[in-house]
Amino acid sequence: MTDKIQPAGVGRRNFLKTTGAAALGLGVTGFPAVLRAQSAKVKIGLIHPVSGFIAFSGNQCREGALMAIADLNAAGGIKSMGGAQLEAMLADSQGKPDIGAAEVTKMAEAGVDGIVAGYASSISLATSQEAAKTNTPHVVDVGVSDKIVSRGLPNTFRFGPGYGKIAEFAVANLDTINKAAGSPAKTAMIIHEESLFGTGTAKLLSAKLPENGIEVIDVIKHANPTRDFTNIVLQIKSKKPDLIIPANYYNEYVLLARTMRQQRVEAMGIYSVLGGAASNYKFVKEFPEAAENIMDCNHWFNPKSEIAQARKAAAEAKGLVYTYEVFLAYNAVLGLADAIERAGTTDKDAVNAALAASTMDMSYMPYAPTKMVNGQNQGAQPVNTQVQNGDIDVIFPQEFASAEAIFPMT
Amino acid sequence: MPDINILIPSVLNGLTTGALYALVALGLTLIYGVLHIINFAHGALLMIGLYAVYFLNVQFGIDPYIALLIVPPAMFALGYALQRGIISRAGHGRDENILLVTLGLAIIIENLSLFVFKSDTRVIDTPYSFEVIELFGAFLPLPKVIAFAGALITATLLWLLMARTDLGKAIRALAQEPKGAKLVGIDTEHVFAMSFGLGIACLGVAACLLLPSYYVSPHVGHGFVLIAFTVVVLGGMGSFVGALIGGLIIGVVEALGGLFLGESLGQIGIFLIFILVLIFRPTGLLGHKV
Repeated sequence: MTDKIQPAGVGRRNFLKTTGAAALGLGVTGFPAVLRAQSAKVKIGLIHPVSGFIAFSGNQCREGALMAIADLNAAGGIKSMGGAQLEAMLADSQGKPDIGAAEVTKMAEAGVDGIVAGYASSISLATSQEAAKTNTPHVVDVGVSDKIVSRGLPNTFRFGPGYGKIAEFAVANLDTINKAAGSPAKTAMIIHEESLFGTGTAKLLSAKLPENGIEVIDVIKHANPTRDFTNIVLQIKSKKPDLIIPANYYNEYVLLARTMRQQRVEAMGIYSVLGGAASNYKFVKEFPEAAENIMDCNHWFNPKSEIAQARKAAAEAKGLVYTYEVFLAYNAVLGLADAIERAGTTDKDAVNAALAASTMDMSYMPYAPTKMVNGQNQGAQPVNTQVQNGDIDVIFPQEFASAEAIFPMT
Repeated sequence: MPDINILIPSVLNGLTTGALYALVALGLTLIYGVLHIINFAHGALLMIGLYAVYFLNVQFGIDPYIALLIVPPAMFALGYALQRGIISRAGHGRDENILLVTLGLAIIIENLSLFVFKSDTRVIDTPYSFEVIELFGAFLPLPKVIAFAGALITATLLWLLMARTDLGKAIRALAQEPKGAKLVGIDTEHVFAMSFGLGIACLGVAACLLLPSYYVSPHVGHGFVLIAFTVVVLGGMGSFVGALIGGLIIGVVEALGGLFLGESLGQIGIFLIFILVLIFRPTGLLGHKV
């Protein structure tokens, strides 16, 4: 501390001290330019429901996204920014849209460069809306609601398919499978979870299935979590549908499948649309008999791609079950990093523009070439899988198929 | 309107589900109904019991029903230690403190579980997981029928303990007149901890009977704890038979509510009962004013 009062203005000595320090600073930070760039970090916000009722899926997403960041960093980071490394900022939405949105606000204040979120449709809607306020680039990893990309938000992108396309595929492929077997299935019951994903999917299917000659005899909605599915299964038994179509999250799917087996439900087919467990190795491993021959229309990787198989092996080596959450979140980070790479900056407008112009090669997925329209990748599509002999096989489209469909299953 | 043919299976299923609720509520009726401790950690402690049963099965191949010899005594010890070591010390005998302490415990236990076990949903596969018993045209899962019998036996044992043993008398004395109990030489700290331990041991029994037909995850307790409080209030504070009947009623109401109102609205029946009981019979079905 000093009691001396400094005269107004800048004295000669002070001027020299200040400019000298500034020059020294410039010298350190300004040369060499590559070194300065390498110290910069690109902050990627990862917001997932790692606690709460969909915590399993949220954690799977986080793991997938972190794997992508680690792989990108190991491959030299963002090369157009002097090899800038990606840095993950983690947040938990607890399965609640409002908390997800609050985490976006916090991340924006902390200088996040782009966000990958938020697994569930309802959470993705909230996080992308909040990110739009600061124009922060936001890539939705899983959330399938088509509302996410139909609000005209310039910062919101999705590399995976939405449920409009998935329902369209599911119905068309079911029609093909049914016709190939002589059209034995004429009725269906839809069992769906109560949030945006399940309700929206059920609504689309209810409208589209009758167009292909399949009558929807009942649609049953259930809460998350549901402790007991016996009532629902009793109703299925009573109405005897040819097809049972579940659209729900993992825990509920497992309980439903177990109860159907316990109550000896006999149907021609269980044909899930975005079934939480039907395309999940964990379910197949734990309940091989309950899972056998269940079909699903869901996100999946290209089984014929070496890159996809290598990523699956890497995830399994880490002890992860290679579910769609893992590879969709991985892809979302790749898409965002690819845009930053092409933009050569973390400027938000530039990154959003690069995302909108993305043509990223995604041949490790069963997709057509990447093309963004209003933030949605038009090339994205689901596939049909079926559990056969304790493994998950792709049965449609033909070009990615690793097995023929088994239908009817009884 | 649902098919009449599924009404009987639905009611029978409601009874078996209700027995599971009763099992979880039996411990709570001892802790909350008799000792007036609002134990928010009840669900979290059930989760610990379920993990114990899970790991005994997966690591050592111990059947969940054999685990009845291990888990309930271990849970008793845990409950006793929690009451003496944490709840009693931090609560200072004030209800609001105890409430916050148990809430804090619940948060700590759940988050630690999330950290240690991750959020994976885990299930066990036993030879009888998919076995069913056919009764009046209904297929009742064998594990649920066993849980039903287990709930009846546990309720009877607790009733006998409270009615016929010195410990039971001491617990009742403590519940009715804590100062008087102290004056006649009852070690109130010990009896409090014994009661809490017994309540948590009941969760151990519930965990052993529940896991063959259910799953465990760090948040599994959430689905049960509110229902358990409802069962305790419906049955009557401190009444074990009341908790059993309350659990069965809630199970049937939930089943029929789901059938007639749809699965999402079906839960309304449970909480409607809760409100009606509080308005018209605050002491519950078999409760009495203490």
